[in-house]
Amino acid sequence: MEQTNFQLKKQDAQTHEWDTRLHHATKATREDWIGRGISYFCIGIIILVVASMLWFITSKGIATFTQNHVSLWKFLSGTDWAPDQGKIGALPMILGSFAVTFAAAIVATPFAVGTAIFMTEISPNRGRKFLQPVIELLVGIPSVVYGFIGLAVIVPFMRHLVGGSGFGIISATFVLFVMVLPTITSMTVDSLRAVPRYYKEASLALGATRWQTVSRVILRSATSGILTAVIFGMARAFGEALAVQMVIGNAAVMPKNLISPASTLTSQLTTGIGDTIDGTLPNNALWSLALILLLMSLFFNALVRVIAKRGQLKHER
Amino acid sequence: MLKEYSYEETAVQTFDDKMPLAMRTENMQVFYGNNHALFDANLAFPKNQITALIGASGSGKSTYLRSLNRMNDGIATVTGRIWYHGVNVNEPGVNIYEIRRHIGMVFQRPNPFAKSIRENIVYALRANGIKKKDELAKRVEQSLKGAALWDEVKDNLDKSALSLSGGQQQRLCIARSIAMAPDVLLLDEPCSALDPISTVKVEETLLELQKKYTIIIVTHNMQQASRISSQCAFFHLGHIMEYAPTGTMFSNPQIPVTQDYISGSFG
Amino acid sequence: MNAKRMDLIATIVIDLIVASVVGILFFLLAYILSAGLPHVSWSFLTGATDAFSGAGGIGVQLFNSFYLLVLTMLISVPISLGAGIYLAEYAKDNWRTSLIRSAIEVLSSLPSVVVGLFGFLLFVVKFKIGFSVISGAIALTFFNLPLLTRNIEESLSAVSRSQREAGLSLGLSKWKTELGIILPVALPGIVTGIVLSAGRVFGEAAALIYTAGQSAPVTNFADWNPMDPASPLNPFRPAETLAVHIWKVNTEGLASNAAALSAAASAVLIIAVLLFNLGARLLGSYLYRRVTASK
Repeated sequence: MEQTNFQLKKQDAQTHEWDTRLHHATKATREDWIGRGISYFCIGIIILVVASMLWFITSKGIATFTQNHVSLWKFLSGTDWAPDQGKIGALPMILGSFAVTFAAAIVATPFAVGTAIFMTEISPNRGRKFLQPVIELLVGIPSVVYGFIGLAVIVPFMRHLVGGSGFGIISATFVLFVMVLPTITSMTVDSLRAVPRYYKEASLALGATRWQTVSRVILRSATSGILTAVIFGMARAFGEALAVQMVIGNAAVMPKNLISPASTLTSQLTTGIGDTIDGTLPNNALWSLALILLLMSLFFNALVRVIAKRGQLKHER
Repeated sequence: MLKEYSYEETAVQTFDDKMPLAMRTENMQVFYGNNHALFDANLAFPKNQITALIGASGSGKSTYLRSLNRMNDGIATVTGRIWYHGVNVNEPGVNIYEIRRHIGMVFQRPNPFAKSIRENIVYALRANGIKKKDELAKRVEQSLKGAALWDEVKDNLDKSALSLSGGQQQRLCIARSIAMAPDVLLLDEPCSALDPISTVKVEETLLELQKKYTIIIVTHNMQQASRISSQCAFFHLGHIMEYAPTGTMFSNPQIPVTQDYISGSFG
Repeated sequence: MNAKRMDLIATIVIDLIVASVVGILFFLLAYILSAGLPHVSWSFLTGATDAFSGAGGIGVQLFNSFYLLVLTMLISVPISLGAGIYLAEYAKDNWRTSLIRSAIEVLSSLPSVVVGLFGFLLFVVKFKIGFSVISGAIALTFFNLPLLTRNIEESLSAVSRSQREAGLSLGLSKWKTELGIILPVALPGIVTGIVLSAGRVFGEAAALIYTAGQSAPVTNFADWNPMDPASPLNPFRPAETLAVHIWKVNTEGLASNAAALSAAASAVLIIAVLLFNLGARLLGSYLYRRVTASK
């Protein structure tokens, strides 16, 4: 009887010891708190940056309308840009931006899709070994270098070809074409590679030629991916500043044709923001241009999401 | 077509007070989201014995095992009580890292760290405050000997663990676990990715290790269970149907579902 | 017959397209290198720039580019690492996480000129730090963070779950497992990403024009005290980088040999970026071999 009692007591003491040991905070628990703290802090910084960026640019960008009482419609549809005289029609820049963006995408897409087909369907081996590095190098070339080559090669070439100064939308289009080409190509390659192999095999087994297979089966099922690629390319073109600014001529006038100097939102911003005084109408007007850029970037982002969602639905069906 | 068996008819053994137990679960339930994966698991594990958990895939045996050292935290919801040294360790306030130090685990696929053999063993020890070189060296040797790997690697302790064969890697994982000086060792189908010769080596290692540790091993290989375990629990679709000494279970299963599984009609 | 003919035509067209894409790249490289390299000399690489015309050497600009790059990486790598670990390890699959991911995506898709303008607004206009190395480095960090974070998250997530389980089952904390076990395995991918992003940062100009500024005051390379105004390490001095220099010489430069100058500077820039790309590949595969111990 006594012995059992003694044993029970001993057991109680042991249980108590284990109870403390298993509930005690250790180095590992502390590490986890610290690690959690650090990583939450870092993600917090990024969120803060994004939020303040959206906030600052928006609040600066709407000052034209709230403080200087310019009507939004006049800003968007006005064709005269002379902020120091109070004329702030942004249409020339808006048109310029859209013109170079669409033109570059239209020229680049066939090249990008063709290259992507070559890399995935015609010669995957050479594609990986040779074209992949080519594409990566094209991505890696800094935009000022593109701008410089545009200035040194394309502008004089256009001058020879059609006369005038050589600056203009068409020169900008050429430069942007080369700049968005790698973006569109590499994303198109990804989406072509994602097409299930058996689609292709089934088509070839039915006696279709390679081109029939590519055009009717592979490209069709990769449509949403290719569209996403093109939009990414357009977003890059829309936001590109220096390369465009160097070759477009920077005349804030309505583009009459493709070969006379024009300007884009980004080119106007880069040229102008340093010469204006904070808080004045000319400065606020430039921030409004920046706000359009920001909104367009958000719009491209949303568009990509919508397409991705649609694409998913189609595959599920 | 799988027959319907009654979950009411079970034969789960219990132990009297004289049997020293390492762990015990009481009414353990596991849910993956809304999916109830494990029902009312009541099992007790005698000290210094090997207990095998058998059953077809999807029977909940791995889920049960992973809940014992709280490896299911953040993956599944586990309710009920898990008794370990008189403490319910399935509680929010419990230090899960401390539990895992005492209840080690070896996984289905060998998963050595991408480090040297020595570093594989030493890394967690150092993180736990053991810094002395000779102490670490001693632990490396002891644990590798314990896992029957010492003779094969003693001259190459600085070689990458990934250069070892699959069987050697798995024994290194066992060594890594026992270097922490746990008292329970959980093994989740440790031999399913190994060839027969490596399997024999791991089994011999386990038989040797039960002198010092309590071992709970999930296996779908019934021969393996009968070769090494003293107790055997049979899982079926999330229910523990039968728990008995291994000899009894294989020679004289008590209920129809166990009989059918052991005779090979499903699983 | 018709289908076969179509197939042939399509193949030829695609071959022509590919040839022209390759041709464009070779033309670009050949042009830059042939126009620029003859003007690259030791005195060009180390010499000072004429402040008025922009002519002369690119010594200070080259130093500024590297200095900004180092500072940017010092700030952005730790933050992206923490954020990447958050996304790979701590983030739960819920609306908050998807909001965070969208925010990162938005940041990565913002034009660099917008990022630069934000930096200008914040540091130059609001905090009155002026055009400075530090303003430029932080603007470049904004531009670098989302891509680096995503790269680190992807590299960490690509490491097998079983490695995490191994660490956790030994009683290691999540944090220790992530830093000590997962990070070394993910290192090849992370290092490749970091070096590639270094190439992008090195060539970036739009984000810097109004943050690090467009002037390269002569600095005293014998003075390494970061507090001295003339010291090259002083983070509060304006710092025109090589990429900004190319832009500036081309748009408002008065140098008579602007074309040759910028060709030479472009050649140097391109070579630097090529070296970063090559370095990323070599370093990545070297680390990969070390980590996996494969031959």
